[in-house]
Amino acid sequence: MSRRPYNRPMSTTTWYMRNSRYKVYVLRELTSFLVAFYTFLTIFALGALATSPERWNDFLASQQSTAMIVFHGLALLYFLFYQTFPWFKLAPKAMPIHLGEKKLPDSFIIVGHYVAWIVISAFIFWLAGVI
Amino acid sequence: MGIRKIELEVMRYDPEKDEAPHFQSYTVPCEEDWAILDAINYVKDNLDTTLAYRWSCHMMVCGSCGMMVNGEPSLTCKTFVRELPDKVRIEPLENFPIERDLVVVLDDVMQKLHKVQPYIIRKDPPPEGKEFTQSRGQLAIFKQLTMCINCMCCYAACPQYGLDKDFIGPAALALAHRYNRDSRDQGKSDRLDILADHDGVWECSFVGACSEVCPKHVDPAAAIQQMKIDGAMEFWKQKLGMPGDKS
Repeated sequence: MSRRPYNRPMSTTTWYMRNSRYKVYVLRELTSFLVAFYTFLTIFALGALATSPERWNDFLASQQSTAMIVFHGLALLYFLFYQTFPWFKLAPKAMPIHLGEKKLPDSFIIVGHYVAWIVISAFIFWLAGVI
Repeated sequence: MGIRKIELEVMRYDPEKDEAPHFQSYTVPCEEDWAILDAINYVKDNLDTTLAYRWSCHMMVCGSCGMMVNGEPSLTCKTFVRELPDKVRIEPLENFPIERDLVVVLDDVMQKLHKVQPYIIRKDPPPEGKEFTQSRGQLAIFKQLTMCINCMCCYAACPQYGLDKDFIGPAALALAHRYNRDSRDQGKSDRLDILADHDGVWECSFVGACSEVCPKHVDPAAAIQQMKIDGAMEFWKQKLGMPGDKS
């Protein structure tokens, strides 16, 4: 009797279609494209700001078109559902806090993240003169 | 209790005859309280004695009956027929070579389990003439990680391991973390090179599937993320010249 193990290689291009768990993961990872887009947008905005008041005003106008407002709104929703909410939910896994024999309930750590998020956002809005 | 007939679609592979695996169907009259393992045992005992698969305890302790049940890595002794549709597909655990039928080759993970030095390492001699003391609080930090039964469902769920067989993988990394977190252990620095290596914790992209399928709720994904934080802290300690695990 001879051994001849059979290998089932995983497709490097379609593996994530195997189950819904993988699909959700890939949707989460795809938010990186939006992160890249907003990084370039920020650099572009800084460039416009440094060039001239006209260029800066042109940039502001370009971001206020209906299409861009819809895009930013959809991007925000995508970030919230596939980046912010999932990561905050996972945060207690990465940073469990033990108090003697007891573990601090996950909800404390999750709520802590939301509070920190709101406080930092409010600070940025204040800094930007929005509030 | 009534009898319910289900169709078991079982992956078969005979290395001496088959070029590739294929499916074979069996109709199995199941009792209401049967687990899938009972249905497979029924096939073996009454329908086809050639079927090869592993099992031992039938009580979630031995960890040998892990298989894909309708595409989900599962302990077949814990997966009940009443929770499944009339047609159930049974396959060997994904991401492992098939030895025969439902039996997979586990040599790779056995080596990886060994590689992370899963035992207490001491630099100082143990307390003379008496046992180590450990508080319940110190035990609570790693107790859940000791529940692993090496069923390897986590490896079958992990796409990272499926794509890159060099990745140490969930169970072995969780086991390393179990010893790193043990107050009696002093071997964290010995494990660091393996864990912080390219094939260690950083290869994990936190899909989280390992923890979702774990029948013993070990949560390897959490252990790996905690090790990433430990590794990053160690990196900065070294950079800033502070005493760390590696010093």
